[in-house]
Amino acid sequence: MTKKKKRWLEEKSIEWVLIMVSVISILTTVGIVMTLFYESYEFFTVVSIKEFFTTLRWAPVFDPPSFGVLPLLSGTFLIAFLSSFISLPLGLGSAIYLSEFASKKARKIIKPILELLAGIPSIVYGFFALTFITPIIRSVLPDTSIYNALSASIAVGIMTLPMVASLSEDAMMAVPDSIRQGAYALGSTKLEVAIHVIVPAAFSGIGASFMLAISRAVGETMIVAIAAGQTPTFTLNPLESVQTMTGFMVNMALGDIQQGSIEFKTVFVVGALLFLVTLVMNFIAKFVIQKNREVY
Amino acid sequence: MKKKISYHTRLKRRLLLNQIFKFIFMSTIIVSIMVLAILVIDVLQKGLGSLDLDFILNMPSSRPERAGILPALLGTLWVIGLTALISIPVGIGTAIYLQVYADKKSWFFKALNINIANLAGVPSIVYGILGLTVFVQLLKIGPTVLAGALTLSLLILPVIIVSSIEAIKAVPSSITEGSLALGVSRWRTITGVVLPMATPGIMTGSILALSRAMGEAAPMIMVGAVGFVTFLPDSIMDRYTLLPMLIYNWTSRPQDAFAQIAAAGIIVMLILLLLTNLTAIIIRNKTQNRVD
Repeated sequence: MTKKKKRWLEEKSIEWVLIMVSVISILTTVGIVMTLFYESYEFFTVVSIKEFFTTLRWAPVFDPPSFGVLPLLSGTFLIAFLSSFISLPLGLGSAIYLSEFASKKARKIIKPILELLAGIPSIVYGFFALTFITPIIRSVLPDTSIYNALSASIAVGIMTLPMVASLSEDAMMAVPDSIRQGAYALGSTKLEVAIHVIVPAAFSGIGASFMLAISRAVGETMIVAIAAGQTPTFTLNPLESVQTMTGFMVNMALGDIQQGSIEFKTVFVVGALLFLVTLVMNFIAKFVIQKNREVY
Repeated sequence: MKKKISYHTRLKRRLLLNQIFKFIFMSTIIVSIMVLAILVIDVLQKGLGSLDLDFILNMPSSRPERAGILPALLGTLWVIGLTALISIPVGIGTAIYLQVYADKKSWFFKALNINIANLAGVPSIVYGILGLTVFVQLLKIGPTVLAGALTLSLLILPVIIVSSIEAIKAVPSSITEGSLALGVSRWRTITGVVLPMATPGIMTGSILALSRAMGEAAPMIMVGAVGFVTFLPDSIMDRYTLLPMLIYNWTSRPQDAFAQIAAAGIIVMLILLLLTNLTAIIIRNKTQNRVD
């Protein structure tokens, strides 16, 4: 009886320890939300929400300061948008080749290479953008500034490409082989099977991979901090220097700012905006697109 | 009326189109691989000249020809080592709870799962803000190795949890049920049967997560890792620098000589990453299909 009780006690206490440990990941989310929104709330007691979202000038450390976040948002989305011209077509093309055309052997060699590409730290892509891509752009278009959105976009596109490739390939591989074989039996070519059968069937997974890649591009920091510059400009010209939300945060953290000052709070309010934007995009990718997928 | 095309002409066209697109899809992969090759060659070309033993063993310096990476190398080892000590036990604990103990219909289980999925998508710089507020300021740990490691631990925790869950799931239920049927308690079954079999999978996932942490610079800037120190860390309450921080510092200087030592730093970091990834792959391959 006592032995049984001891064992019960042991089991229960272990369960509680494990629950405590599990709670850490929930506390992380709570911590992120609370720190970001507490400081943001304080920020909005000084600066009106209207000014924040409608002014076209972002100059929090200037005198007089201006807190219009639109230049940062436009910079962020300009880079995310341009990067998708690299990551989405190349990623999807690679995924179609890997899933529908490549032999088993070729897949075995190519997949680890794509994984390597995905494992390279973003600081390396930043270096590559500044010292390799930018000089090439400037030799073609000499008016381009040293720090420009295009160079950063290309590097971000390369960085997010493996993500599109591997998630899309997973989605295509998940389409049951019977469907594929059925289409072949009707006399379709590989291309016709890929375009008319596999891609439509895997569409939800492919869409989710696109969304996640763009969300990654929005949150990408080191590439844009190095290659895109530090001038918040409200522009759609990719050859100009822009600042993104993440680039601004890095810039502020490296500088000397007084804790508790309004400049300090801008880091949190921009962080909160970044958090919300990526959260919505990830949510759409994971729960809206994935939920509507075809189930076989 | 459209002209009717014979079956054979159509077939020829379809097959031609098939070949053309096969080539296009293949070239997307070739482009990706070439980019990787160009990147590596470019970095090697710029950096190999500065890479020697002095570079590894010297302190950073404002004169690029004398600068070295020793504090960053040791700082990276300190922070990543401590991150491993914190994140792996917490990650495995959470995975065990989710996979073995939790009632899969409870709200807590569902909330935890959604939470982990969402955390994996939060930009790393946001973790930096969390670390700055909670660890550096609120808990008054300061911009130290410990604060950096705690922040990185939270950052890679979702990855470790997910890969540990996969590893635990892969243990055949017949074996765990066999253990339970012999009257072994749930916890003893976990420590004696489940974990030993899941360890390779857990290790692979954890090493890959740690190698990701090794390259992170953005959150570390927020929690106060510095780009330039001339002392070596010797406790977890020391200030520190890291390889990606030093590379960032050098990259953002205009002089060409700094770009060269930045490239040399990148080579060292990539070698470290390659070694950790190789370890993970070796563990994975050595233990694959051990149980069927």
